[in-house]
Amino acid sequence: MRFAIRIDVTHVPGVLDPQGATVERALPALGYTNVGAVSIAKTIRLQLDADSEAAALAQVDEMCHKLLANPVIERYTVSFEELV
Amino acid sequence: MGVKVGVVLFPGTNCELDVQWAIENIGGGEQLGGEAVMLWHGDATVSGVDAVVVPGGFAHGDYLRTGAIARFSPVMDAVADFAAAGGPVVGICNGFQVITEAGLLPGALQKNAGLTFVCDTAELRVETTRTALTNLATVGDVLRIPINHFEGNYVCDAETLAALRAEDRIVVRYVDNPNGSLDDIAGICNEAGNVVGLMPHPERASDLLLGSDDGVVLLRSLLAAADEQARTRA
Repeated sequence: MRFAIRIDVTHVPGVLDPQGATVERALPALGYTNVGAVSIAKTIRLQLDADSEAAALAQVDEMCHKLLANPVIERYTVSFEELV
Repeated sequence: MGVKVGVVLFPGTNCELDVQWAIENIGGGEQLGGEAVMLWHGDATVSGVDAVVVPGGFAHGDYLRTGAIARFSPVMDAVADFAAAGGPVVGICNGFQVITEAGLLPGALQKNAGLTFVCDTAELRVETTRTALTNLATVGDVLRIPINHFEGNYVCDAETLAALRAEDRIVVRYVDNPNGSLDDIAGICNEAGNVVGLMPHPERASDLLLGSDDGVVLLRSLLAAADEQARTRA
């Protein structure tokens, strides 16, 4: 079976997110003074063939550990999307 | 016989010739016998060198994260084996990012706190002399060395930082932190001190013509460590 997968890579809480912080400082300049907690993340979309959803998840987990995310500064969440 | 220093070349590396020149001509033509050997990233061995430098640049285009893809180049397994056997390994700038991604050093380098690319001469304070890069320096020495990076902001968790401090593994600190690095860290080493990573470029401060030769003591330290390694093996 083919699965469409979305991986969101976010900063580990507490690790400085310079992009988010810069955007957070820029928004009030446009009048949006009620915005806080801005963070900027990365989305990776891919498709893969696997026997089951569980097998697909296991493989994505492995790929995230080995390459797609750096556990020192990043966390990730995996979700399935509609195959198009 | 002079020592051989392997210089790892990935697609996108751009400081290998500077490192080669510095190793071979360090100290204004004073011949110290260092010979640079280029190691292509696809090589399966480090070709019997006495030390390895992972130089700066944009290995594999820095795609995904700096150093993330370079760590899977075949030569990195050989570099890891060489390091595990006590061989001196120094990662400079992008090379520091590559060896942290490869797990040879803890922590990670992320975007500079100010979100600006920093190209400047930084003052570094030598914090320990028990490493492959500082064995001829003196604790407290302040060295003027160029920095040139966007992702030089060193981060690690609190436990790792405590271990780095307790085990005397912070090698150089910025006098005036340019990028938000935790604890002003510019460079660190592994437990044994044979693997060192730093963001500043000692090879760009290897001759007075370049504005500073403060990097010479670091490069000479590396050659001394390489010499030691050559004797140990012989």
